[in-house]
Amino acid sequence: MKRIDRFANPNKFMKLAKAITPWAAWSTVGFLAAGLYLGLFDSPADYQQGETVRMMYVHVPSAWMAMFCYVGVAVSSAVGLIWKHPLADLAAKATSPVGAAFCFLALLTGSLWGKPMWGTWWVWDARLTSMLILLFLYLGHMALLNAFDDQTRAMRAASILALVGVINIPIIKWSVDWWNTLHQPASVVKMDGPAIHPDMLWPLLLMAIGFTTFYIWVALLRIRQEIIANKIRAIRLRQVNG
Amino acid sequence: MTNFSGHNLTCLRGERLVFKGLDFSIEAGDALVLIGPNGSGKSSLLRMLAGLLKPYGGDMTWDSESVGEEPEQHRGRLHYVGHHDCVKAVLTVEENLTFWARMHDKNVDAEAKVASALDTLSISHLADVPGRFLSAGQKRRANLARIMAADAPLWLLDEPITALDKESITKLERTMADHRQNGGMIVLSTHSEITLENPKILDLADFAIGFGEGFYDDDEEDLVF
Amino acid sequence: MNSFLFMVRRDLRLALRQSSDNVMVVMFFVLCAVLFPFGVGPELGILERISAGVIWVGALLASMLSLERLFQTDYEDGSLELMALTPAPLEILVLAKVAAHWLTTGLPLILASPLLAVLLNMDSDGYGVLLLALLLGTPTLSLIGAVGAALILGARRGGVLISLLVLPLYVPVLIFGVSAVDAAIGGFEYKAQLFILGGLLMGTLPLAPWGAAAALRQSLE
Repeated sequence: MKRIDRFANPNKFMKLAKAITPWAAWSTVGFLAAGLYLGLFDSPADYQQGETVRMMYVHVPSAWMAMFCYVGVAVSSAVGLIWKHPLADLAAKATSPVGAAFCFLALLTGSLWGKPMWGTWWVWDARLTSMLILLFLYLGHMALLNAFDDQTRAMRAASILALVGVINIPIIKWSVDWWNTLHQPASVVKMDGPAIHPDMLWPLLLMAIGFTTFYIWVALLRIRQEIIANKIRAIRLRQVNG
Repeated sequence: MTNFSGHNLTCLRGERLVFKGLDFSIEAGDALVLIGPNGSGKSSLLRMLAGLLKPYGGDMTWDSESVGEEPEQHRGRLHYVGHHDCVKAVLTVEENLTFWARMHDKNVDAEAKVASALDTLSISHLADVPGRFLSAGQKRRANLARIMAADAPLWLLDEPITALDKESITKLERTMADHRQNGGMIVLSTHSEITLENPKILDLADFAIGFGEGFYDDDEEDLVF
Repeated sequence: MNSFLFMVRRDLRLALRQSSDNVMVVMFFVLCAVLFPFGVGPELGILERISAGVIWVGALLASMLSLERLFQTDYEDGSLELMALTPAPLEILVLAKVAAHWLTTGLPLILASPLLAVLLNMDSDGYGVLLLALLLGTPTLSLIGAVGAALILGARRGGVLISLLVLPLYVPVLIFGVSAVDAAIGGFEYKAQLFILGGLLMGTLPLAPWGAAAALRQSLE
C-alpha cells in the first residue's frame, strides 16, 4: 500500500534544488566562456570550410542536447506514469521547452552555416531534416501539455506522447537517412566533415559540458517555478472550497 | 456469501484529495446509498468501484480477492450507470441494448433479454425507434434497461433517477428489489428520495478532507537565481 | 474475439448510417489532389513527377482528419466508459474501432487513388504498386492516428492538436510509400520498400492499440 509521503516531497526537492542552482549557473558561465574562447580564437579554421566551421561549436552541442533532452522527457514521463511521482512529471514539463530551444538553435546554426557552404539557407540534409521533425515532436508535446484545463490529465497525455515519440525517433531518423541517400547528390559537404582536428575537440567538449550545466540550471529553475505555481493553485482551490 | 468491500480508500482527483480512509462492505442482497454534499466524491467513489478510477491508496476486495489484480473479471460482474446515457442516435434502442448485452456476455440470448428488459421498464414500443427521437427520460430508461439485459451481480448507479417520472421510479425501485432478492448488490448515489428496503448509508462527508491538506504544503520559498 | 467482431459490426453500422461523413473524407482526398495542378501548373511532366507524393500526402491528411473523431463521439456520450468497463481488454476494442474505421475510410481512399493517379498523369507502371503500398501503409496511419485521437480527448481545439501530434510520426510511412511507387515507375526494385511498410505495420499493430488504450484510460480517470 502506498503511503502519502509524496505530499512532503516537493519541499525536500526545493531545498536540494536551491543548493544546486548556483553551482550549475556558475559552471555554465565558466565552461561556456572557456569553450567560446578556445572555439573562436584558439582553434584552427578548417581547410575546407574555413572560419564557418566555428559554427560547429554551437551547432553540434545543441543538436546533442536536443536529443538528450527528448530522452530526458521520455524517461521522466515513464517514471511519472509508472510511479506517479509528481516531480518526474514536472521534470518532463520543464525539460521539453528547453529541448525545443536547443533544437531550434541547432536548426538556426545549421541554416546559417548552410548559406556560405551550400549557397542556400536550407538544404534537406538528413541531419537537419531529422532535427526539424524532432522540433515538431517537441512542439506537439508542449502543445498537448497546454491543451487541457486539468493539469494531471495534461501531464498523463503528454507522457504517453513522449513515450510514443521516443519509440518512433530511431525509426524516423533511419527513414530520413534512407530517404536522403536516395535523393541527395553526393557532392555536398557534410556538416561534421570527414575528420575532426584534435584541437577542435577541446572547445567542443567544453561547450557540450557548458550546455549540459545550462540545461540543469534552467530545468531546476523551471521545476521550482512549477512547484510554486502549484502551491498558488492549491491556495486558490482552498479559496474556492472555503 | 458474496462480499464486496473496500479498505482505507483514498481518492485523488487532479491535485485535490477528495476523500481519505474510506471503508465500506456490502454483501449479496445489500444496497448501499451514498450521500454527501456536492463535490464530496460520490461519483468518484462509484467510478472507483467500477475500476475506472484507480484508488490513490487503499484496496478493494471481492470475496477476499483483490479487485485490482483481476480487473477484467471485476468488469464482468458489474454494471455502471453514469451521467451519460450512451444511446447512439442512429441505432435503434434494441440495437443499442443488444450490442451492450453482447459485449458484456457474449453467450447471452441478447434478443430475449433485451425484450424482457424493455418490457420491465415499459418501453417495448420504443424498440425500433432510433436513439435521436428519444426524450431525456426515455434515454435514461433505455440506459437502465441496458443493465437488466445482461446479468451482473453488482450495480453501480450514479443518480439513476435523474429525468425519470414517478411511475418509472417505482418500476426502477421494484427492479432493484428483485435484483437484491436474487443476490445482487447495488451501490447508488442520489439527491432525491428512492425507496429501498433497509439500505446501508454511507455519508461521504465523514471522509472528506479539509482543503488545507494538499500537495504543496507551505514553507516560504522564493525564486532567486 | 467475439467482442472484437461485435465492436467492428457496431462501428460499421454507425458509419453506414452516417455514410455522408465517409464520402466527405474521400471528397477531401480528391479535392486535395485536384488543387495541385492549379498550384504547380498543368504541365504533364511535372504532375507525373509529383503524383506519388501528392497522392500519399493527400491520403495522410484525409486519414488524419477523419481519425480526429474516432473516439470523440463515444467519449461525449459515455459509450467509451462502458467500453472500458466491458470484460474485453480495451486494446482489443481499440483495434476493432481502428479496423472498422479503416474499412470505412481507408479502403475508400485506396479505391479512389487510381482516379487521382490518372488525373495526375502517373505512369501506369506505378498503379499496382501504389495500391499495394497504400494497402500496407494506410492501416499504419490509422493505428498511429488512433493514439493521437485518444490523446486529444477532452482537450481544447483537438482538431489542430492532432495534426501536430500525428503528422511527424507519419513521416516514415510517407517516405517508404512514395519511394515504392517512384521505384516502380523508374523500373527499379520496389520490394524492399513494401517489406519495410509491412514491417512498420507489424510493429504498429501491437504497440498503437496499447498506447491508445493507455491514453483512453487516462482520459476516463
